[in-house]
Amino acid sequence: MSLNRRDFLKVGAASGGGLLLSVALSGCESAPEDDKSWAGDDFIPAAWIRISSDNAITFYIDRSEMGQGVSTSLPMLLAEELDVVLETVNVEFAPAHPRFDSPRLFMMMTGGSTSIAESFLPMRRAGATARLLLINAAAQRWGLDSSACTTNKGRVMHPDGQQSFHYGELASLASTLSVDENKVKLKLPSEYHYIGKPIPRLDNEIKVNGRAGFGIDQDLPGLLVGVVIRSPWFGGFVSSYDAENAKVMGGVQGVVPISSGIAVVADSYWQAREATKSVIIEWDKASFSGANEGDLRAEMQALAGEKGSKLLDIGDFEGSFSSADKTLAASYRVPYLAHATMEPMNCTARVQKDHCDIWVPTQAQSSAQALAAGICGFKLEQVAVHTTFLGGGFGRRAKQDFVVEAVETSKALGKPVKIIWSREDDMQHDYYRPPAVSVLKAGLDSNGFPQAWFHKMVNTSVVADSLEGGLLAGMFPGWVPYSLKDLGGDLGAKLVRNTNEPISTEGGVDIPYSIPHQRVERVKFNFPVPLGFWRSVGHSHTAFMIESFIDELAHLAEQDPFQYRLRLLKNKPRHSAVLERAAALAGWGAQVPAGRARGVAQHSSFGSYVAQVAEVSVDKSGGLRVHKVACAIDCGQVVNPDIVVAQMESAIIFGLTAALKGEITIENGGVKQSNFHDYPLLRIDEVPEIEVSIIDSTEMPSGAGEPGTPPIAPAVANAFFALSGKRVRELPLSSEVLGS
Amino acid sequence: MVTFTLNGEQVALQIDPETPLLWALREQLKSTGTKFGCGKGLCGACTVHINGSAMRSCITPVSSINGMAVTTIEGLSESNSNPLQQAWIAENVPQCGYCQSGQIMSAAALLMKNPNPDDEEINRAMSGNLCRCGTYPRIRRAIHRAAKNAASLESAQNVRADSHGKMTP
Repeated sequence: MSLNRRDFLKVGAASGGGLLLSVALSGCESAPEDDKSWAGDDFIPAAWIRISSDNAITFYIDRSEMGQGVSTSLPMLLAEELDVVLETVNVEFAPAHPRFDSPRLFMMMTGGSTSIAESFLPMRRAGATARLLLINAAAQRWGLDSSACTTNKGRVMHPDGQQSFHYGELASLASTLSVDENKVKLKLPSEYHYIGKPIPRLDNEIKVNGRAGFGIDQDLPGLLVGVVIRSPWFGGFVSSYDAENAKVMGGVQGVVPISSGIAVVADSYWQAREATKSVIIEWDKASFSGANEGDLRAEMQALAGEKGSKLLDIGDFEGSFSSADKTLAASYRVPYLAHATMEPMNCTARVQKDHCDIWVPTQAQSSAQALAAGICGFKLEQVAVHTTFLGGGFGRRAKQDFVVEAVETSKALGKPVKIIWSREDDMQHDYYRPPAVSVLKAGLDSNGFPQAWFHKMVNTSVVADSLEGGLLAGMFPGWVPYSLKDLGGDLGAKLVRNTNEPISTEGGVDIPYSIPHQRVERVKFNFPVPLGFWRSVGHSHTAFMIESFIDELAHLAEQDPFQYRLRLLKNKPRHSAVLERAAALAGWGAQVPAGRARGVAQHSSFGSYVAQVAEVSVDKSGGLRVHKVACAIDCGQVVNPDIVVAQMESAIIFGLTAALKGEITIENGGVKQSNFHDYPLLRIDEVPEIEVSIIDSTEMPSGAGEPGTPPIAPAVANAFFALSGKRVRELPLSSEVLGS
Repeated sequence: MVTFTLNGEQVALQIDPETPLLWALREQLKSTGTKFGCGKGLCGACTVHINGSAMRSCITPVSSINGMAVTTIEGLSESNSNPLQQAWIAENVPQCGYCQSGQIMSAAALLMKNPNPDDEEINRAMSGNLCRCGTYPRIRRAIHRAAKNAASLESAQNVRADSHGKMTP
């Protein structure tokens, strides 16, 4: 990667003296005057290193902390090269600004397991450049050549070993200097002090005493609290409403119609919530209002019989299939899923005459800013996005419906308003992981290995739905009028619906197994249920289907499922390595305790490779019990191994919750489930022992937040087959499904 | 008027008596460490101690705790000195962190009654607390770690004395 200085960094003086260093991750340098309008007099830098004269060092990180550890691992990258003690650095969340758009996502957004992969080099180069500037400043002060000076934990050291300056003393001078880009050298792996070490999370302290600030905790002088009554079916609008009784209830400050329904605003949440019971609303009968789960399933099943559009056609599938020694065909399905973050959706907005502030737990600052600007009729720079800690994200907070609600309500009342969703609101107005059906066929040769592979995916477009939801608005420059952005989103959605956007089929097209004749097709459907990105997105269903079917083929061929996969992956060293590591960790092939069996699966996603072995039994009530999971991951160079282990544990439990329990169903055009009693999550007494092993690697870092989720459902379903001889081809693996 | 003690301090609230304690804590008393998760006592994010027992504040009307002693995460210790907080940090438990106040308060109530719980006892005490990030394996390790720490006994007793000792009639 070659970066010239203008593309890469910008050095400037901080107000009050000091060094500011920006990291333009996308390589798009914005004009300095733009910075002034964005920052005002108080400089609030984003993804910058700020070193003040008083030696305060602040890192402004451009990614949202939703549990995945970026507020520890990104500062580790900066501290590594800047040579400062990590624990002495202040970490703050950056405001929305185009400078910090993700180069892969084209906007300021946290998602797609991209944070470390995208930041690994730029963040380090920023740290290394700042360090060199500080060395140059010290050398100038001492009248020495800079090559004679070194640094040690936030100080530049004189060659005499006695004199030194702390960075703050050099910040003002350093901000006036320039640096020869060719002299910026990154550390060699053998020199790493932080990278690769299990550094404790920097947010631990405030997350064990209740002091971490989540969106729902935001307070402001005169802040009101709003709750929104939304349509009982998707696509419904308010025909008429009567809020006269609600308006006179204790604490109620206003009842206003907004685009998603009726907002009831009071001095406190409880007052607002109580008052909603007195609002009478007539909803229009949208066409979807009568739809039920059975209708949707029947339609998907019918579509599974149609010929799909071609995604992949190599070799001669028909010829190979018809001459195969043995053949197998099977059909799989997965349901809608909700995200169910522990912190319900919320947003605080303060719309004033010429400025709007929003405090929000969001994964998509650009979208939040653009949507708020559109509602207010403001330019982007008139909207300040203050990102809080996120009480879980998992893709849900990539959508900004809660921002729209808060901004519309605050604008209507002219007062600061915090919109808080109930758990029922959250469960019934999510952007769901879509259902999917797959039809798979394979033909085996006389040795039992597949020569012919057919996969027809019946699914829908998450991306198209997101474009209609205003996601794209965050990708346009600030000068594009909001109406055009909106139109662009709708046009984009139409275009995407007519193409085979890869996100809904990811993991299903480019399978790693060596099979000479393959055809992959897709049939699309489009129900008016809102769809979103759900931890591992398309991989969350394609892995279940492919890894279950490969397992079926291994059993048909009467071969060991682990050895069978290994043989089909013989030219895939990274896939093979995780598979072998997970098998070794689990003791694959060794005796299993009585009444238990093991299953294996591997899947690659977000640039990383994961294999898992699950050990299961069936309890007296017929429920599946997962006792142990062995997991191996190769995500390239690891920045913080304990955070990677934690992400594997997290992703496995997230995927296991879906595999064993997760199901959202449609009833009368809306979602039937409403809270944790009917959308249960895995509890502490249900989690397996999890053992994680990380492959040593010096490859570029790849994702860790999502890749642990896809393999667990097939590993468990495959283990259940090994135990019972019964193949389950739908999720969740509930006791009803297992016993049927 | 509803009166109770919050982390040892006497408080008096003019409030709709049906208001759940959770919202009185979060909005009237600006004590936001206790979290809203489900509103139905199904997830444990709102767990506090009432007279020393772990309770779900989202389904506890303030009128029902008149005169009682409430301890929240903010009252568990000064500067994270409680052995559970220390163990949580040592095991790197938190991810998003949202449920952890409730988890720690449930664990603290467990250790007060049972200073050295086994896995089964941890399951029983902690299965009402959901964590969507899946920090459960570390929560279990952290509870064991805190229990092993001899100081945990002393400190748990201090919390108990606190809850009961400052109770008002």
